[in-house]
Amino acid sequence: MNIHEYQAKEILRAAGVPIPPGEIATTPDQAEAIARRIGKAVVVKAQVHVGGRGKAGGVKLAKSPEEAREKAQAILGMSIKGLTVQKVLVAEAADIASEAYVGIIMDRASKRPVFMVSAAGGIDIEEVAATTPEKILKLPIDPRYGLLPFQAMRLGFFLYDDLAKARAAARIMGQLYRAFVDSGCSLAEINPLVVTPAGEVVAIDAKMAIDDNELDRRSSIAVLRDESAEAPSEVQARNAGLTFIKLDGNVGCCVNGAGLAMATMDLVKYYGGEPANFLDIGGSSNPEKVVNALRIITADTNVKAILFNIFGGITRTDDVANGIVTATKTNPLQVPIVIRLTGTNEELAMKILTENGFSASSDMDEAVQRAVALATGGKAA
Amino acid sequence: MSIFADRNSTVIVQGITGRDGSFHARQMIEYGTRIVAGVTPGKGGQTFESVVPIFNTVADAVQATGANTSVIYVPPMFAADAIMEAADSGIAFIVAITEGVPVLDMARVYPYVKERGARLLGANCPGIITPGQAKVGIIPGRICASGSVGVVSRSGTLTYEVVYQLTRAGIGQSTCVGIGGDPISGTNFIDCLAAFEADAETKVVCMMGEIGGTDEQEAATFVREHMSKPVVGFIAGQTAPPGRRMGHAGAIISGASGTAAEKIAAFQEAGMGVAKRPKDFVELVKARLNS
Repeated sequence: MNIHEYQAKEILRAAGVPIPPGEIATTPDQAEAIARRIGKAVVVKAQVHVGGRGKAGGVKLAKSPEEAREKAQAILGMSIKGLTVQKVLVAEAADIASEAYVGIIMDRASKRPVFMVSAAGGIDIEEVAATTPEKILKLPIDPRYGLLPFQAMRLGFFLYDDLAKARAAARIMGQLYRAFVDSGCSLAEINPLVVTPAGEVVAIDAKMAIDDNELDRRSSIAVLRDESAEAPSEVQARNAGLTFIKLDGNVGCCVNGAGLAMATMDLVKYYGGEPANFLDIGGSSNPEKVVNALRIITADTNVKAILFNIFGGITRTDDVANGIVTATKTNPLQVPIVIRLTGTNEELAMKILTENGFSASSDMDEAVQRAVALATGGKAA
Repeated sequence: MSIFADRNSTVIVQGITGRDGSFHARQMIEYGTRIVAGVTPGKGGQTFESVVPIFNTVADAVQATGANTSVIYVPPMFAADAIMEAADSGIAFIVAITEGVPVLDMARVYPYVKERGARLLGANCPGIITPGQAKVGIIPGRICASGSVGVVSRSGTLTYEVVYQLTRAGIGQSTCVGIGGDPISGTNFIDCLAAFEADAETKVVCMMGEIGGTDEQEAATFVREHMSKPVVGFIAGQTAPPGRRMGHAGAIISGASGTAAEKIAAFQEAGMGVAKRPKDFVELVKARLNS
């Protein structure tokens, strides 16, 4: 789960990280009022779950409350990589003497959280990583001991030669690490961490991604989810216990298991079609899940054919068959459906489908080819 | 022969009285796996299906039965503790089926298990099956057949699909392993490839990967440098769109974006066979078995 910059900043502020004041606004009026309260130049920043918003024009400096209002007016409602901006953060603009990058990520390779810091912070840090990797220090942390003081100082001195600044940075590293662990993050970033002309070290921007598996035991983090910042179909799917990603094609796919779902999409493409979505109904399915899956797929008007590919292991194929029958009884399908299922309770599933006027095959390639033909050559058929 | 699990595996089921645990315990017993004990705190002294003794702790179960393998079906928030309990009780091979274990938990579990010399498979994996000998986990037994192809995969149902197609074509398997798709897991591709290379029964290895991360690229390097046996690979997600990425750390840490194209190129460089479709495994494996 991604959370917004302003939410990440609230968590870090509570952990003790120095962050210039700022508040969230959903209207230009609010933005102006906040800028007036801050009483200095402010930055108006789009709050969207996507990188590159600065380059997309979603971050603007405003020298007066009136200007803050204008900038907020321009940014609110703007679309950044397909996501509409609903909120802006109005934050005090800091004077910047230098910019550094600080991040923690769960690293598959070392199987630990890894700190990454660089004195060359800012928006082009990937470029730094690619061309001058020696400018980045990567430090794996043993989660059983946490960030040790000497490690924090090593990170601090990698950024700053000056003892006071290195110490200030080390303190922030410790606070960031604690926030990372306490919030169940898979990623936490401060970029940039800046030194002001007065020599203070402060965080100007923050990002956090939460491990979805942590949400059950962290209710205070779970409530930070902003469903208005996500695609409605994806929210609907998640609430129904499904994983759904909308794509641009016309073959609606419903599969159990992420690997098989991706392989099914690949096969649709292999046979000349275009998948309309990724949809994983997961394990231990029940008919209700299938009903919801069909509702989501058919809501996409691009879909010209529906393809079910179910390999029953934990998933009982008769559950899936019952779901298809129930869903289509209440909402008759407007497009053809191709069903492939095999595995647990396959005979029963086939019986249910046949009795209700459906046919099904047990061969994946055959089913995909038929679905593609129906989606592309629908007119001729 | 086989890897990690065979007819000498004596297995305890942690969470044997739960919904998933009891269902799959029955399936494993039916398959012929030697299920010697179950563990559910508070139900020690009872029996499962009137044959399998239940213990309160893994330590008790190991002491009474000498079990060397454990399979875990406990809920996600208790999985890390269950894995560590198994490792601490002297279990040599731990298979964690549970889905949804927090990554931070796994980061603590991994070194704990390693220090005790145990092997962990998973979490969030379908387990392992050595056809005709032992099934530890949830892979459907009837889609497998005994033979000389080793199978290792990050995905569950995709593994079933490929195994099913191999079996239908008359190609049996030495062992099928699902390593799971979580960011931190106990056993990776390389562990399995090395074991298959050392296993006399295995002649060809099938490997199914997915987009994301660099595990497949590292596995390809291992194949090139350390394997004499032919390996056929597949990557799921060739058509998946690039995600809306947040933050910079992911790209910095790996230096790679984990696309299907990168992984397939790594397979080709390593001289591996590349299956474009799950179905292609059949012909690619046949050609390598016969050469």
